[in-house]
Formats: sequence, structure tokens, C-alpha cells
Amino acid sequence: MTDLTKLTLAQARDGLRAKEFTAPELTEAYLGAIDAADALNAYVHKTPDIARRQAEFAQTRIRAGMSPDLCGIPLGIKDLFCTTGVPSQAASRILDGFKPPYDSTVTEQLHKQGAVMLGKLNMDEFAMGSSNETSCYGNAVNPWRREGDATPLTPGGSSGGSASAVAADLCAAATGTDTGGSIRQPAAFTGIVGIKPTYGRVSRWGIIAFASSLDQAGPMTKDVRDAAIMLRAMSGHDPKDSTSADLPVPDFEAMLTGDIRGKVIGIPREYRMEGMPQEIETLWHDGTAMLRDAGAEIRDISLPHTKYALPAYYVIAPAEASSNLARYDGVRFGRRAKLAQGDGITDMYEKTRAEGFGPEVQRRVMVGTYVLSAGYYDAYYNRARKVRALIKRDFDQVFAEGIDAILTPATPSSAFGLGEMANADPVQMYLNDVFTVTVNLAGLPGVAVPTGLDSKGLPLGLQLIGRPWEEGDLLNVAHSLERAAGFVAKPDRWW
Amino acid sequence: MAIDTDTARKVARLARIRVEEERLPALAREFDAILGFIEQLNEVDVEGVEPMTSVTPMRLKRRQDVVTDGNQQDKVLLNAPDSREGFFAVPKVVE
Repeated sequence: MTDLTKLTLAQARDGLRAKEFTAPELTEAYLGAIDAADALNAYVHKTPDIARRQAEFAQTRIRAGMSPDLCGIPLGIKDLFCTTGVPSQAASRILDGFKPPYDSTVTEQLHKQGAVMLGKLNMDEFAMGSSNETSCYGNAVNPWRREGDATPLTPGGSSGGSASAVAADLCAAATGTDTGGSIRQPAAFTGIVGIKPTYGRVSRWGIIAFASSLDQAGPMTKDVRDAAIMLRAMSGHDPKDSTSADLPVPDFEAMLTGDIRGKVIGIPREYRMEGMPQEIETLWHDGTAMLRDAGAEIRDISLPHTKYALPAYYVIAPAEASSNLARYDGVRFGRRAKLAQGDGITDMYEKTRAEGFGPEVQRRVMVGTYVLSAGYYDAYYNRARKVRALIKRDFDQVFAEGIDAILTPATPSSAFGLGEMANADPVQMYLNDVFTVTVNLAGLPGVAVPTGLDSKGLPLGLQLIGRPWEEGDLLNVAHSLERAAGFVAKPDRWW
Repeated sequence: MAIDTDTARKVARLARIRVEEERLPALAREFDAILGFIEQLNEVDVEGVEPMTSVTPMRLKRRQDVVTDGNQQDKVLLNAPDSREGFFAVPKVVE
């Protein structure tokens, strides 16, 4: 039998339905691969018992001929999603021991469709980071290495465990979340596909909150077709999330026609950053040519407020985080610090939060507290929200002028070494999100597609940005780009 | 603008995060770097711009004003670091 873990989600689905193998066989193949891959530190809580039980049940549905797309498909779940009776701690010490008695809407939808949960995946603490180095579980490691060089590399972040697991065939697909690039940057660093849907497409209920007006969950998959299948399974209106959109969810997979003739693709001049490596420039240029050859019309466009996206993000995201993370007080769930004789309730809060939050989370909570504090609210927070409106207006204008999708690089570099940024100031790390963060601010869908390797043999990706709610068309363009690029490289197994 | 250690101390206090005195100068420098980066926003003309509220115009959904949940005391207290007799327990709050 072929190695079942190499199959795409679509191939696994079709193989299950054709009775070429069973859901328990597929799940066992992944459980074996996971146990042999501890060096990647992708899985932080393995759930083999749940997986086996779900696989058995999925098989009865498949046998009865009543199986949704995801029935029997083994998935990895980012630690940010609440899952009943299974640790869900956002890679933070402050949620040590937290086992929610409920599931997030997304994981519940996936379970109802018969998906199998293999375990919980590593990430940056509270999804704050671009390298998976802020996790309380330790670093997740990229399965890719530079040619002839064993330096461990970051899988990106915050969905680093998800990216590492998908790239190393430790799950058929994974859930991720994206607040400033946390699906797309790790996808690009590991040679996989990741889509952040339109804000409101996927319910946020039961996903541990970072910045509520920016957070959005999405799939991380081996190819674009898989992303289309899994996005449909994750999407839909949820009365428990007042920002979730009451719009029909199309069959995204059926929209992958491969025909993009006449589509207008915008190339934003502001994304040509000073000091951008030649390899990224070339990748972008090549991707543009591929879409042109596929029949799309290429147009230069301008998104003039692009350079203000990161500063606006680093006001809005910490502000919302400081408010969301106020709930971690050592009273209702998670960890409480050991108190000294005579310590009062404020000591309890302060000690609990000092030992429960890592340095990056503390930094952002405090920056958020500062920008929201009396006298600064208008100068920082309200100004940032207005700049955000201008960033969105830039996109509205180009879409109104007939642009169907926008092509940009996904990241300013390939994966860097773990620890290489340790001495950089925090802002240097934030620059990783320079191409992705605009999309969160404007609430738009964005997808990262692997299209090439750099001179060191590491994957590089391009990003496509679409119109609101038009993930189907966006994925069709991504599908076309994927086919033209013909990216098939896989990391050599060293783990 | 420069953030001094007094401001850093005040922010840590507001955020209810204990920061040891010797850590404050380094923290103030980190804030300074981040706030310096954010200062760029002052270059943008935001006169007459309304803050963004949603991706596409949407009416906020209303729900029926009815009880949909409850009677889950066990589950509510399940993850509490300290609970007694059906309550969350905390250090003494009033003297």
C-alpha cells in the first residue's frame, strides 16, 4: 500500500469513498508518523484515543455511503481552538491545565462532518509571534532545512505547529488562525497553502481571542483544492458570534475551474519594498507572468496607505489584546500564582499574570494598555482606526476599478533560523507581517501559495488578495497559479 | 517621545502585571521602540475619516431576549484554580 500520509485531503476523501483503504487505516498511518516526528514539536497534545474512536465512527458513515467531504479525514487542530476535555491553552502557561467543557464552533462543525482530530498543534503564545518562539511548549521546527545545513529553522508563526504538521505529512490538513499573517506567513515558510477568509466567514466562537476585529480562522493544507474543501467545512453563520456573516457558503471546490481568462490582477507598487531580496522580486515577477500566460490581464495599481498598515496594526491589535486578555486573572480558569501570607487580590492578579504570560504577551498587553489609557485613546487608538479605514478604502477603490485579485509576495524572506531574531528589537520581528497585515485590517480574504524555492532550497510563497466574500474566485486564481508554478518539492525527511 | 520608568511602572500596574523594579528601564526602552514605530501614523491626514466598523455594510444581528443557557454550575467551576461550596474562591477582598 502507498504511504497514506502523502495523500492530499481530496485524494484521501476519494480513496475512502472508493474503499481503497479505511478511515482507521488512514488514521493509524498518521498516528505512526506523528510519533516518529517529536523532533518537530508540532503536536503538543496528542489525542490518539479520540482519533481512533472518531475514525471508527467515520468508517460506519462511509460504509453507509453517507460521508461528507471531511468524513474520516485526520486533522491537526491549533491549540487556540477549544476542544472538549482536551487541553486548549493557546500555548500559554496561564492556561495550564485548562480543559474546556465545550468545543469551538469550527471544531464542532468539523467533528459533525466526521473529521478525525489527531491532536493539538503548537503555536506562538496567544498567537502573538511570527516564529513560534513564544510558545510555552518550546519552538515548533520547520521540516525544511537549508541545503547542506542542519540549522533548525522556524516554521513561521503564529500557526507554526499547523504549518510544520501539514508540510511534514503529520495530518491531512490543519486549522490555523490569522490576525496579522499567522496562517499565510507560516504557509509560505513551509511550502503549503493557507487561506485567511473574509472577516466574518468563519465563526470565532470558542477560539481563544487575541484581537477580535482582526482574528479569523482558516485552513492550512497541502494544496489549493484541499483549502477549498476545508474552508467550506469551517465556514458558515453562527448565532454565537455576532460578527459572523449570514451569507450562503458556496461549494468552493466546484469553483476551481482553472479558467482565469479575462480576470484582472493588480500588482500594487507599494509592496515593492526597499531592500527586498532579489529572489522575492523574481518570484513575484514570475508569478505575474504565470497569471498573464493563463489569460489574466495584469494591471499596476496603487494602495497608497500600505506603509501605515503595520503601525496601525501595532496599535489596534495590542489594544484589543489588552482587553481580551484581562480575563486571565487566576480566578475562573487556568493558573493562579502561589501567594504569600497576606497577599491580597491585586497581588494575586499581578503575580498570576507576571508568571503566566510570556515576555511578548506581556509587552503587547502593556502597549495596548498604554494606547488605551486616559489621554492617549484619541492620539493612538482612534487615529489607528481611522488609518485602518483609509487602508480599506485603498482596496475598495481598486476593486471598484475592476481589479479581481491582487498579487503580492507572502513574506519578505524565506524561513529564518530559530533564535536568529532573538536579539533584534521587537519591531524587526513585526516586519515579517508587512505583506499580510493589510489584509486583516481591511477584512479581506488572502491566500498564500507556494511557487518556488530560494537559492538555499527553501520554499517561497506568493499571496493573492481577493474581494470580500469572493473566496471561491480567489481560490480559482490561486489554483491557476499553483498549476502554473508546479510546486511539488517536499522537505527531505531528517526527523 | 520617551517613555520613562515611571510611565512603564504605571502601565504595568494598570495592566495588572508585576514587573520587578530592575526590569523597568528595559521595558521602557522596548515601549519606546514600539511607540516610535507607531508615531508614523501622525503623518496621515485623517481629517473627516470615520473609523472602520465592518468589511461590508452589515446590520448587527439581534437575538431573542430569552434564556438559552444555564444550570451548569459544575462546568462553570470545572477549571477554577480554587472553588468552594459552589463559588470561585479568592483572597480576602474586604477588610
